[in-house]
Amino acid sequence: MNLDINKIKTDFPILNREVRPGTRLVYLDSTATAQKPGIVIDSMKQYYETNNANIHRGIHQLAEEATAMYESARQKIAIFIHARSTKEIVFTRNATESINLVAQTWGRKFLQAGDLIILTEMEHHSNLVPWQMLAEEKNLELDFIPVTENGELDLDTYDLLLEKKPKLVAFTHMSNVLGTINPAKEMIEKAHNAGALVLVDGAQSVPHFSVDVTDLNADFYVFSAHKMVGPTGIGVLYGKEKLLAEMPPFLGGGDMIKKVLLRSFKPNDLPHKFEAGTPAIAEAIGFGKAIDYLSAIGMENIANHEKKITQYALQKLKDVENLKVFCPNVTERGGVISFELGFVHPHDVAQVLDHYGIAVRAGHHCAMPLHEKFGLPATSRASFYLYNDYEDVDLLVIGLQHVNEMFA
Amino acid sequence: MDDFYRELIVEHYKNPAYKGTLDPNDFTYEDENPLCGDHIRVDLRVDEKQIITEAVFSGHGCAISQASADLLMESIIGKPLDEVKNMTKETVLELLGIQLGPVRLKCALLSLKVLKAGLYGIGNIEEELLEI
Repeated sequence: MNLDINKIKTDFPILNREVRPGTRLVYLDSTATAQKPGIVIDSMKQYYETNNANIHRGIHQLAEEATAMYESARQKIAIFIHARSTKEIVFTRNATESINLVAQTWGRKFLQAGDLIILTEMEHHSNLVPWQMLAEEKNLELDFIPVTENGELDLDTYDLLLEKKPKLVAFTHMSNVLGTINPAKEMIEKAHNAGALVLVDGAQSVPHFSVDVTDLNADFYVFSAHKMVGPTGIGVLYGKEKLLAEMPPFLGGGDMIKKVLLRSFKPNDLPHKFEAGTPAIAEAIGFGKAIDYLSAIGMENIANHEKKITQYALQKLKDVENLKVFCPNVTERGGVISFELGFVHPHDVAQVLDHYGIAVRAGHHCAMPLHEKFGLPATSRASFYLYNDYEDVDLLVIGLQHVNEMFA
Repeated sequence: MDDFYRELIVEHYKNPAYKGTLDPNDFTYEDENPLCGDHIRVDLRVDEKQIITEAVFSGHGCAISQASADLLMESIIGKPLDEVKNMTKETVLELLGIQLGPVRLKCALLSLKVLKAGLYGIGNIEEELLEI
């Protein structure tokens, strides 16, 4: 089914704004954060206007309503990613916090000096630094699946690395720089055969295509609401119930306890064990609405639309002189295109495009090691989502031609 | 980004008048903005009265960082070394003649940071430059 992009564009109030008088917004930075549809924004406003209360122990009407709304969001998420139960859905601040949670609880308890963690060269800093911190603290070994010249993971080397019997493999389902979609299911199966657990960074995958954590057989799967038309400040750690149950709590405080004495406490049941303090209630409700919105359109339809836009963009960008796409031949790719434009610095590319209302990102996109590997200090990145259309791509191409003229 | 950006910044970026190195020199220092990979080195020569007689920069970076380095070199030639102490964020923005958001400000101020850190030590420069 083709998406009705004109209708979708009207769902997102911000897409109606002019960046400056006479210049409409062309938003090509959804990989950093997605825009929000009116129904998500309204759901949070409505919660504050009619239901606002702290959750879980309140007896009054508002508290019961707020609790039901918060927990119903969790239910929607569990269904959306095909988790077996809501016990497997832990609310965090974002994907980054979810990874840190696993590192600081599971990692601290179950890893010992000399144990190996396998990561990849295409990780976002959020799936590198928490493991570096843990490795330093516990004297762990880190090793990395290389990225090929084509922008894909070198799976032959992965097989060799698995022979070293790692305890954990952590990798991104989709690269935020190259757009590469990694063969998660195959990689997870191989890791399990080698005796390792697997954490998948789904920050770029869950927003853009259908993900079934049970079918993937992932042990941990993390993502953020704000990249999937939901609010900032809330994310998810999916973990298999058995694993979450064995893990010690993360942060201590209210809500994560069953019983507290002066010198000891008994942790709460899953998933509350990992949710200390008052959580982001309005954001959870907005997150639930975001999932309703994406589900109504259909993740298959969104994925197909992005595929078409990305193929169109890769084709059209060939018309731009001096433009070199960072790994153009990735076989399985999502709607992310990073590129260089001759010798023009990415900051200058982004600044000139901004003049035409076009929002792209410039820099290392929180993946410094990947840029270093390819000898690039920085790149420009255009990324697409359900609300982008062919005209957005055409405007990008025209904007890039202006950049070329200016710096010729 | 107005016409001024086009003309002045792009002109200084494309055809810098003070790009190069000095050997021998009386002063050389380099630093980078790790966030965007911009790298700048500044070489100076001074006479016996500590007046800057020659100033050049080298390195790579965006149009704003390169143009501001070129303009900064131009502005310090003929001045006593001591006067660099009084140069601030505003000095550079006046040279560029444009307003910049916080991200691009870092690009614009990199050359002044290099110059001051080299002359006075990194601990003796203003906070707004240290933040770069």
